[in-house]
Amino acid sequence: MNSFELDDLRSIGTPVDGKVPAGDPATAWPTRKLDYKLVSPLNRRKFTVIVVGTGLAGAACAASLGELGYHVESFTFHDAPRRAHSVAAQGGINAARARKVDNDSLARFVKDTVKGGDFRGREADCFRLAEESVRVIDHMNAIGAPFAREYGGTLATRSFGGVQVSRTYYTRGQTGQQLQIASSQALQRQIAAGTVNLHTRTEMLDLIVSDGRAQGIVTRDLVTGEIGATTGHAVVLASGGYGTVFHKSTLAKNSNATAAWRAHRRGALMASPSFIQFHPTALPVNSEWQSKTILMSESLRNDGRIWVPAKPGDDREPGDIPENERDYYLERKYPAFGNLSPRDVSSRAAREQIDSGHGVGPLKNSVYLDFRDALARLGRKTIEERYGNLFSMYRDATSEDPYTVPMRIAPGAHFTMGGLWNDYDQMTSIPGLFVGGEAGWGYHGANRLGANSLLSACVDGWFTLPYAIPNYLAPLLGSTPLELSDPAVTSTLTDVRGRVDLLLSVGGTHGPDRFHRQLGEILYAGCGVTRTAEGLTKAIAEIRALRTDFWSNLRVAGSGNQFNQELERAGRVADFLELAELMCVDALDRDESCGAHFRAEHQTPDGEAQRNDQDWCFVSAWETAQDGRHVRHDEPLSFTAVPLQTRNYV
Amino acid sequence: MKITVDVWRQSGPESSGAFDTYQIDDATVEMSLLELLDRLNDQLVESGNEPIAFDSDCREGICGSCGITVDNVPHGPVANTPTCRQHLRSFSDGDRIKLEPFRSAAFPVVRDLVVDRSALDRVLEAGGYVSVNAGTAPDADSQPLSHQSAEAALDFAACIGCGACVAACPNGAAHLFTGSKLTHLSLVTQGRNERGKRARAMSHQMEADFGPCSTYGECAQVCPAEIPLTAIAAVNKESMRFGLRRKDN
Repeated sequence: MNSFELDDLRSIGTPVDGKVPAGDPATAWPTRKLDYKLVSPLNRRKFTVIVVGTGLAGAACAASLGELGYHVESFTFHDAPRRAHSVAAQGGINAARARKVDNDSLARFVKDTVKGGDFRGREADCFRLAEESVRVIDHMNAIGAPFAREYGGTLATRSFGGVQVSRTYYTRGQTGQQLQIASSQALQRQIAAGTVNLHTRTEMLDLIVSDGRAQGIVTRDLVTGEIGATTGHAVVLASGGYGTVFHKSTLAKNSNATAAWRAHRRGALMASPSFIQFHPTALPVNSEWQSKTILMSESLRNDGRIWVPAKPGDDREPGDIPENERDYYLERKYPAFGNLSPRDVSSRAAREQIDSGHGVGPLKNSVYLDFRDALARLGRKTIEERYGNLFSMYRDATSEDPYTVPMRIAPGAHFTMGGLWNDYDQMTSIPGLFVGGEAGWGYHGANRLGANSLLSACVDGWFTLPYAIPNYLAPLLGSTPLELSDPAVTSTLTDVRGRVDLLLSVGGTHGPDRFHRQLGEILYAGCGVTRTAEGLTKAIAEIRALRTDFWSNLRVAGSGNQFNQELERAGRVADFLELAELMCVDALDRDESCGAHFRAEHQTPDGEAQRNDQDWCFVSAWETAQDGRHVRHDEPLSFTAVPLQTRNYV
Repeated sequence: MKITVDVWRQSGPESSGAFDTYQIDDATVEMSLLELLDRLNDQLVESGNEPIAFDSDCREGICGSCGITVDNVPHGPVANTPTCRQHLRSFSDGDRIKLEPFRSAAFPVVRDLVVDRSALDRVLEAGGYVSVNAGTAPDADSQPLSHQSAEAALDFAACIGCGACVAACPNGAAHLFTGSKLTHLSLVTQGRNERGKRARAMSHQMEADFGPCSTYGECAQVCPAEIPLTAIAAVNKESMRFGLRRKDN
């Protein structure tokens, strides 16, 4: 593709300011906290904050604001707050507590995170993440998360990819579940106390912006179909990531981009939308109607060894392949990190093995994750205690017993490092609209380290937003939320009703899931583990064609005034079809490889990602104009504590 | 494989429902029951009909969203396994399967296979939490907890809140659910401070919406989190403990 065509797709706008405190990034957070304005305890109940999402970030933000005395309107499309997708995270939560003598420290946590993200995140945000990580563990422990304990009673830790220390706190293979349950309980405590008003089975469909500020949301009651508005002084989006745009992903079926995308279409910039993590240990696709690629925790790589047959096309049973005919390719290529190499590196290496004919399983689309040696070394009881629930999940899904045959795994779309652009105060480009957790960007650059997502969601919700939001609210003392009769509210309601009616009236023959499946295939092929200019250009054309097809051949069964899951799905797929184009434009525009964004045109002789700091050491924050044109705004990145360097896991 | 399903169709909470029969000709043994419903729904939409409403989300057995009654058993034929992890390999070519919502007076039908389980959340809101505000927690390492207690707490904390225990119970009791939360929080360090108060509030709320426990034990056989049956005893034990002590902790 020549530059003229790229220029056709996007233009360059004015830079954006991340508002990072000047000076040493290590002291940025204490400096900024001191600058923040406060709202006195007696005035807090005069403010209403809307929080969308009840996952780790959303539940925590709503609960902590409620504890402080603010009035919170909390929204989830689930029937219960506990079901948010944070619940499915398995392996653990990192913290820079550095209690062991393995030479961990706050600075090392920052270094690992910045380097792991291939220098495309904000260094100062990583310092905040590290600093607040210490008390996140204390808090989650206090509110009921039963962290794994050593026999002496202190907290146990394990290792995750991309680090050489042990800083991951965990509860078996269900850390996300335990943190999520503890957080939603804390939310329920505030519901009981009357500070938080929770709306279940209610989905945000638009953002109300008035006087240039986010002042409310429009929602649909998923049971009755009623479309209504809620207004407040500030809005927090903690609505999660958009990995489900790939259709088959490790995410929950209902995870979606709609809240974030609608905010984007109201002016909130979207950062690095193409930075998607492909999880190296997902279950391979085995059949046409498989609904997802189930996640197998990265923690399994602590004890499992990844290998493929050294000879391409070798279809002997794994147990019949002798040691010297196995290729433990991660241990061979990256001896210092071995099976715990970072996710982007591991996924790429797996893809390389599968594409060169070494793949295993009926469709030759996976690699082995083998516990034979660990079982011999540690015994079955220890392995059961560490990974019992993961092993039984694997057995259910595949009918194979991982205690006797190796697991088969493959890269699957997982976490979105990109998301709504936010400044250092977690505020988007729309004043009054904040983000938390995976819906934002910031910490993870172009590749997230394992066990940092639970951490970033908890830190945002419990220990960042409760400081940053009052700073925004303080000058608004005395103002009241918009009346529901305000033109800004009624016009947004009209827009949403119009969009819903449009979806219901296309009059085609195919349900939304058909289009979603096709979109997933386009993205895996064009915007997957490896990208090329040619592949991305093709994907953009295909997405546009699919979008046209969608708007002429969609059929949404049923009406809008009822519980209608087809309508829910149709709205989400319509937004995915817009987001997918922006992802591909971002990937095409970013003419370098970094982290999980691997452009085949830019690789080292060893096949590793080749960054171009000269031209691309910035974050792309995208605007989508009313006519659908994409405009890139840059936020330059600087690294002082962790100097720019080539990532090296050898 | 060919599968015939009898599915409960009900357009709303107020309407009466009935079974409709459908056939799926291209089912495969790898499919989960929910993927079978996905396949059927595609068929229904393509042929101009309304798809079957059912709840599901993570499809990994951890979110607790899914849950249907399969041939009269909540979740399906494999014990202690949520619907999303029940696969057609448990069935044979030509089988006929009956799919209906979780049946309990406490769980009104929303539509088709979807039920309203908010009564469970009302039990949690009554006291299923630890009252510690953000930022005030002591160092977790300064409050040692034995390995055994932490593991036991997790055994009970593993509840996914799906409600199958209630649906399995002839009395519609929620003792397994409530008892698992009471036990979990009584085992973690800071949860003990409001143990008595919590037992009273949660059991009181539980009794308002759910039936009494007659120790049938059906609940533990369907529970996807394998919550031990001792949880149901914990409800009485914890309530009695409060009754005798009359103290918040």
